[in-house]
Amino acid sequence: MNDPLAYQLFILALSVFLGFALISKVPPLLHTPLMSEANAICGIIIVGALIAAGVEAESPFTIILGTSAVVLAAFNVVGGYMVTERMLKMFKKKDGAQ
Amino acid sequence: MNLSFLVQITYIAASILFAFGLKFLSSPITARQGNTLSSTGMLLAVLATLAGQHIIGYQWIMIGLIIGSSLGALVALKARMTQMPEMIALLHGCGALASVFVDWVHYEKLLHLPVFSIGLVEGFTLYLSIVIGALTFSGSVIAWGKLSERLPGRPILFPGQKWVNLAILAAIVIAGTLFLMHPERIELFYSFLILSAFFGIFLVIPIGGADMPVVISVLNSYSGIVACTTGFVINNTLLIVVGALVGANGVILSIIMCKAMNRSLANVIFGGFGQLKKKSTDGVKKEAHPISAEDAFLILEAARTVIFAPGYGMAVAQAQHAVRELTLALENNGCDVKFAIHPVAGRMPGHMNVLLAEANIPYDQLLEMDTANPLMESTDVAIVIGANDTVNPAALNDKSSPIYGMPIVEVFKAKTVFVIKRSMAAGFAGVENDLFYYDNTRMIFGDAKDIVQKLGAEFKSK
Repeated sequence: MNDPLAYQLFILALSVFLGFALISKVPPLLHTPLMSEANAICGIIIVGALIAAGVEAESPFTIILGTSAVVLAAFNVVGGYMVTERMLKMFKKKDGAQ
Repeated sequence: MNLSFLVQITYIAASILFAFGLKFLSSPITARQGNTLSSTGMLLAVLATLAGQHIIGYQWIMIGLIIGSSLGALVALKARMTQMPEMIALLHGCGALASVFVDWVHYEKLLHLPVFSIGLVEGFTLYLSIVIGALTFSGSVIAWGKLSERLPGRPILFPGQKWVNLAILAAIVIAGTLFLMHPERIELFYSFLILSAFFGIFLVIPIGGADMPVVISVLNSYSGIVACTTGFVINNTLLIVVGALVGANGVILSIIMCKAMNRSLANVIFGGFGQLKKKSTDGVKKEAHPISAEDAFLILEAARTVIFAPGYGMAVAQAQHAVRELTLALENNGCDVKFAIHPVAGRMPGHMNVLLAEANIPYDQLLEMDTANPLMESTDVAIVIGANDTVNPAALNDKSSPIYGMPIVEVFKAKTVFVIKRSMAAGFAGVENDLFYYDNTRMIFGDAKDIVQKLGAEFKSK
């Protein structure tokens, strides 16, 4: 596994399996929060955005691009998690417990 | 142990937390805990990146984080539950555009290296990432426009649409091939970036409002794939893992939605549903049986079991809270109340459940279609509110019907069916609904909210 590409493909294959295994267990009741949660973790692109915005800039143009990426990704992360939390809070059992 | 090793370990911890977040979503009892775990994972990943990825300038990052987070919080707190699908579409769009920018910065940095070199594989992943990212962004923006009614929700079709799409696709492939041969030519990069954005627009405009649950699921899958390809571009394993998880999520939800409509994915994307010609009625004048709210109350008062079959129309009429009041009144009267939820009820997967949960209806009363159908025969009254195609018996018994084969909530099996509806108009698919003429069906004409409130009030004044 010295080839980084092969190593990354290896990880990709296992992650796809993990994803299918985890998500097929989620009941239709929670499909909307599931999607917003998936959406929020997809904001992991923020990691790439931070690197793009923070590592020595080539030109003002890359600063603008990188900073915009941070804005968009932060919006995705915070919006996604908060809206998921709001939805999950509403699901109550008959006796009022969550 | 060096810093970059620590960063990698933190990334692994973050992936595990994300996986647990999804795992805990398998039950509403643990779901919130899962969300907390998942957001902790995100925080760890961000902190590790800030500390250990050779970041030198923090001022722009801080400005970006503050603006993005506050906008995200604002929108998340303000959005109404009926607006959830458009909110999700907007978030997909933002994530995809962020990925495009990250790839773009990476490419700019490569261009500014003293010796420019980009391998075939590296060039191809960059190309793929930009293409999928740009079309996911523009497609999501169109979906957002349609869902928020800033754009017309009906399918937008024009002659030669297929050929235009094919031409754009061919141009994207040609630009990509040339780019792989001359990766230093930035104009090629710009051309497939812009072409892909156009392609995303053309992919989504011909799809109608009722098919939006599928579109959102597909876009969800794409946004995962983009995160994944960006991971390959910038060599970040965490992005690959998370992208794969999200991609799998979108694929599963798309399949569930398509099954619930008995259509293939290709049919949804290229079909232009709702364009079918209406079948001329066969001459026999069918008679519906209208009933007043007062008479409906008398039947409800005697009912021991009631199942609601809600559709998006209920949310449009803002009738959820009135439905909750009526549910309580029925229960005080000793009646057992359940809700039968069709998988495509609403504008995105699971939307109806969220709308009912918001109205304080306990989730143990929300039944999946397959659980509810066997109960129908022993149900005294089934109340259809704001639903049409999802309760149309033609899906089961009329082979010539365009919705034939679609699974439905079998309300017609109940002893009495109430259909609350404004008029006799056809459903979204433009299909006549025979349910309205069944002997055990009673039509209650009027605004859903008014009628349900009236029914609830009758119980109070009893």
